[in-house]
Amino acid sequence: MKYQTQKIAQLYFTVALALFAIQVLGGLLAGWIYVAPNTLSEILPFNIVRMLHTNSLIVWLILGFMGAAYFLLPEEAEREIHSPMLAYVQLAILVFGTLGVVVTYVFNLFEGNWLLGKEGREFLEQPLWVKIGIVVAALIFLYNVTMTVLQGRKTAITNVLLLGLWGLALLFLFAFYNPENLGLDKMYWWYVVHLWVEGVWELIMASILAYLMLKLTGVDREIVEKWLYVIVATALFSGILGTGHHYYWIGTPGYWQWIGSIFSSLEVIPFFGMMAFAFVMVWKGRRDHPNKAALLWSLGCATLAFFGAGVWGFLHTLHGVNYYTHGTQITAAHGHLAFFGAYVALNLAIFTYAFPILKNRDPYNQVLNMASFWLMAGGMCFMTFVLTFAGTVQTHLQRVMGEGFMDTQDQIEIFYLMRFGAGLAVVIGALVFIYAIFVPRREVISTDATVPAE
Amino acid sequence: MDAEVSPTDTTGTLPGDLMIWVLIVSELLVFGAALGAFLAVRAGDVGGFLEAQDHLDRTAGALNTIVLLTSGLAAALALRAREAGLRGRARLGLGVAALLGVVFLWVKALEYSAKAAEGIGTDTHPFFTFYYLVTGFHAAHVVAGIVVLGLVAWRDSVANIENATAFWHMVDLVWVLIFPVIYLLR
Repeated sequence: MKYQTQKIAQLYFTVALALFAIQVLGGLLAGWIYVAPNTLSEILPFNIVRMLHTNSLIVWLILGFMGAAYFLLPEEAEREIHSPMLAYVQLAILVFGTLGVVVTYVFNLFEGNWLLGKEGREFLEQPLWVKIGIVVAALIFLYNVTMTVLQGRKTAITNVLLLGLWGLALLFLFAFYNPENLGLDKMYWWYVVHLWVEGVWELIMASILAYLMLKLTGVDREIVEKWLYVIVATALFSGILGTGHHYYWIGTPGYWQWIGSIFSSLEVIPFFGMMAFAFVMVWKGRRDHPNKAALLWSLGCATLAFFGAGVWGFLHTLHGVNYYTHGTQITAAHGHLAFFGAYVALNLAIFTYAFPILKNRDPYNQVLNMASFWLMAGGMCFMTFVLTFAGTVQTHLQRVMGEGFMDTQDQIEIFYLMRFGAGLAVVIGALVFIYAIFVPRREVISTDATVPAE
Repeated sequence: MDAEVSPTDTTGTLPGDLMIWVLIVSELLVFGAALGAFLAVRAGDVGGFLEAQDHLDRTAGALNTIVLLTSGLAAALALRAREAGLRGRARLGLGVAALLGVVFLWVKALEYSAKAAEGIGTDTHPFFTFYYLVTGFHAAHVVAGIVVLGLVAWRDSVANIENATAFWHMVDLVWVLIFPVIYLLR
């Protein structure tokens, strides 16, 4: 660790991993409710479990991004973080808000209250006071990182990362605007949800991936930067108007079907670019970095993001296809692999890279960590496949044959059973990952066959 | 892009920045996909599309083709002039190119208002959904192009003018594809 303030990242990553554990356990419970629908239906209904599963995901991913920014900015900008104290204040606000959200969701204490009650808008359910807290924390964060960069060295990685983080915070402001008209409500809602995951988050992803490639492969910065700019340009070009693929059936004019279909089809390009980038860098790289686990996660991230976000996204993005598949298990399949590949794996990659450095445990192979990669990635791919089959059958029975929703659900139960098994593998993988990050102190496996393994 | 290539020898190198070509290729993909979709939907309703097409002003379209190609020529001459160090002539060329862009938009606006007067909107017929979408999107690029031409007339390095001209030719090229497919194809 070259700069003392990089240490801030450790607490962010730790909180993020705690929420990750809650998220996957919530997911496992939700998966079981699909198999046995009456499970906990009185105490913890499905809609609350799902809310916890998705909200905790988003919060821990953002905490991870923020931690990553605190970790990599000092090295890139070649100076300490502007104010470590503010960074911890910011984290405290976010943790307090998150706890408030959990309590409000689970016990529904302030139903209907304009300030304290949950707002009931998917993913943006947070009570108003929490939303305000998020904005305050985001302002503190942006002030802190921007000051760090402005006073230090500016690189393509810091520029793109800051652009992404500013975009993330500014687009969240649309969460405060909730028009009466349901069509308009959805239109602005996507300004947050879509323009995050298929817009500015991709900038954050590309810049963190670029940083990891720079460190792990030792390829020249100049080459990394050229790739980064091309990826970012194609991401914004396709992603912004790609929002149109959410405007097919919400009451917006018909031309959105063509805008959405054409631009969102191109969204596969930046994800292909990131995958090509990661592999080309590894082939070109001269450095044999000992942190093989971080490299595995980086390559896994780029590959699974291409398939989950790119290929599985394209699968149902054309409006002629989406007319039939909209809101079926096809969407769930895409959602799971896209989020896991693009953003979960990215965060776990930077955690895997950073933790040995933060804890002074370099060099460090992290074999257990690699095992957790295969458990999680394997489980998630299996889940994606079974949900895709479930969605295909569902689309045919429900949308083509016109059978009722619940009749269809009865017929795809077998897939839900298999999905639960896949989810279990992911949860075990996640717990192994957390153990591998925090517990083992020494673990270097020599590639030299004459030396016995420790 | 390699250092061994001398500045005057442009064989094997792209004029302008890599990023402008990323943009140009992306734009061509979008317009290509839109025209492809137009043709695919048309194949299912040729009669309806032909009838709708008769409401278009082909003369205005032809005029705009001439206007935009002339504008492209002016931009190309501006680049040549700037490369020869004639900054005044280069600025004049860029000004003419931008002005012809404004003429293009003026003709386009007359077309749109005539359509609106006939009560033709984006949902009148699939033909018009594409008509408004593709020509409107193209017109937005003409607006952007005019702004860019103005900017490089002010910051008039060879590299800047090269990038702007490459973009402007793309806008030209796209129109030359739109005009036959949407206005003329029988």
